[in-house]
Amino acid sequence: MLRLPKFELRSPRTLSEAIQLLEEAGPAAMVIAGGTDLVPNMKHELATPELLVSLAHIEELRGVRREPEGALAIGAMTSLAEVAASELVQRFAPALAQACSLVAGPQLRAMGTLGGNVLLDTRCQWFNQSYFWRQALGFCMKKDGSVCHVVQGGKNCVAAASNDTAPALMTLGARLELEGPEGSRTTAIDDFWVADGIVNKKLGASEILTRIVVPPTPRGHRGAYGKLRDRGSIDFPLLGVAVRLDVDETERVAHADVVVTALAAQPKRVAKVGDTLRGQTLGSPEFESAVLAVAELARKQCRPLPNIPGDADYRREMVPVYVKRTLFAAARGDGPVHHV
Amino acid sequence: MTVFSFHINGDRVEVAAPDHWTLLEVLRYRLGLTGTKQGCDKGDCGACTVLVDGRPWLACLTLAKSVEGREITTIEGLMPAHRKSGGAGADPLQDAFDRCGALQCGFCQPGMILSARALLARNPRPTRVEIRHALSGNLCRCTGYTQIFEAVESAVAQACGTTTAARAWEAQRERACEREDTP
Ligand SMILES: Cc1cc2nc3c(=O)[nH]c(=O)nc-3n(C[C@H](O)[C@H](O)[C@H](O)COP(=O)(O)OP(=O)(O)OC[C@H]3O[C@@H](n4cnc5c(N)ncnc54)[C@H](O)[C@@H]3O)c2cc1C
Ligand code: SF4
Ligand code: FES
Ligand code: FES
Repeated sequence: MLRLPKFELRSPRTLSEAIQLLEEAGPAAMVIAGGTDLVPNMKHELATPELLVSLAHIEELRGVRREPEGALAIGAMTSLAEVAASELVQRFAPALAQACSLVAGPQLRAMGTLGGNVLLDTRCQWFNQSYFWRQALGFCMKKDGSVCHVVQGGKNCVAAASNDTAPALMTLGARLELEGPEGSRTTAIDDFWVADGIVNKKLGASEILTRIVVPPTPRGHRGAYGKLRDRGSIDFPLLGVAVRLDVDETERVAHADVVVTALAAQPKRVAKVGDTLRGQTLGSPEFESAVLAVAELARKQCRPLPNIPGDADYRREMVPVYVKRTLFAAARGDGPVHHV
Repeated sequence: MTVFSFHINGDRVEVAAPDHWTLLEVLRYRLGLTGTKQGCDKGDCGACTVLVDGRPWLACLTLAKSVEGREITTIEGLMPAHRKSGGAGADPLQDAFDRCGALQCGFCQPGMILSARALLARNPRPTRVEIRHALSGNLCRCTGYTQIFEAVESAVAQACGTTTAARAWEAQRERACEREDTP
């Protein structure tokens, strides 16, 4: 039985009220959305806020809308199940719909939100454990201790970014809209991450993520998500691969992108993907060789660390396999790539 | 300590509990509704599944206060709801699980049955794949799942007045008999 430490829960009805509550309480306060990441972490005493500010009753934070210029604006409190089932998302941002459909299991997708997924804490097998367990190990740098059990003598925490939607949103060039005591700001999701497993995102104090905006995708846009995990029904990714292929009217690749996650503290964009695939016609032998070349690029550039469960060498061998399969799936207008 | 007002299994109840209690703790330790099981207590197993406004929800990760005013159904509520709507006996899914031997220790059953109940409410004739998908957040360490899926199919067949295909072990038994018959 895992008891939660004591805290006070407040459920404001408006965004400004929520920001005010957060500002007044300072670092003692945290936001709670679906709670599917935060509640287990609190039960493990990885986070011990005195005040929780729930966003559940702020209506303006929910829903998927298509803006007049074609962008998709998704409220941070929209559930993963809703995003996965949204026809708009399936049509204009298929990699995102597929990634949402593969997060955890059905109950957690109904409870968990897209905003909470973007802001998911990094994960590590030496960190996501009970207080008793961590204490027996002498703790670690990310919480309560000073050493790293993954990289001996390491100065940085390398806990893994494990949110399935982050790589998909990166291939889609998504923007995050945030609201805080100083007003609102927008940031490209690519610029939101830092290579530090302790806190891998640039979320300001008392700031709330309000919307995730996916810019319009061209007519020939294809996207897919591939996920390797132990149990196909529920687990976090051992590897996540989001791909994008934009093709012209003759099915020639005009733009391509591959982002891999569950390696280290931030998702990794594979370099030289666009140059390798651009100009190739889907289904041609040249396209197939280019896909194999991209898979090899990914194998060279992605080095999974022994931070999350799953053998690191196995995860590395699976990088080119999942990159290849996910690119072929996107080319067919198919996906997700998943073992069950 | 705050007094919350809940809608549980069609009843309105008032409960005093602190903010940091989960719905699971309130159900089991304040209301005595121990049908909802406490397994992993951290979102992995689905044993604590209840329905919140008709959707399967994990009670162990839900702050009790956050579901004030919402419609909560636990396993204890299925039979009364079935009878209220004119039925006799237990909920047809409970009957089907019994009939098909879809349990061994029984710990996963309340969650399984509630996930299946929610599925049938939105999709009265699910395929085997849809059943597997809907129950994928409920772990069973005993049965191997086959008889659980067959139980859901059996409840569907009963509701539609049709019969289900022979169950896995029945087909196996038939094959074994055939082998014995061949000289
Ligand atoms: C068994 C299990 C399996 C899981 N499997 C997966 C998986 O396969 N893939 C995956 O990606 N995730 C997985 N998860 C994690 C989680 O369910 C999802 O990532 C979910 O999307 C988190 O969203 P939430 O709304 O529940 O976030 P919360 O838990 O409510 O919040 C997460 C963090 O974000 C902050 N936050 C949330 N919303 C906002 C906001 N709008 N503004 C500012 N801060 C905010 C919170 O303060 C907290 O720090 C799993 C969880 C469990 C328990
Ligand atoms: S990577 Fe190292 S410091 Fe970071 S959580 Fe894991 S063990 Fe701790
Ligand atoms: S007890 Fe809630 S999921 Fe296991
Ligand atoms: S019958 Fe024992 S866990 Fe399912």
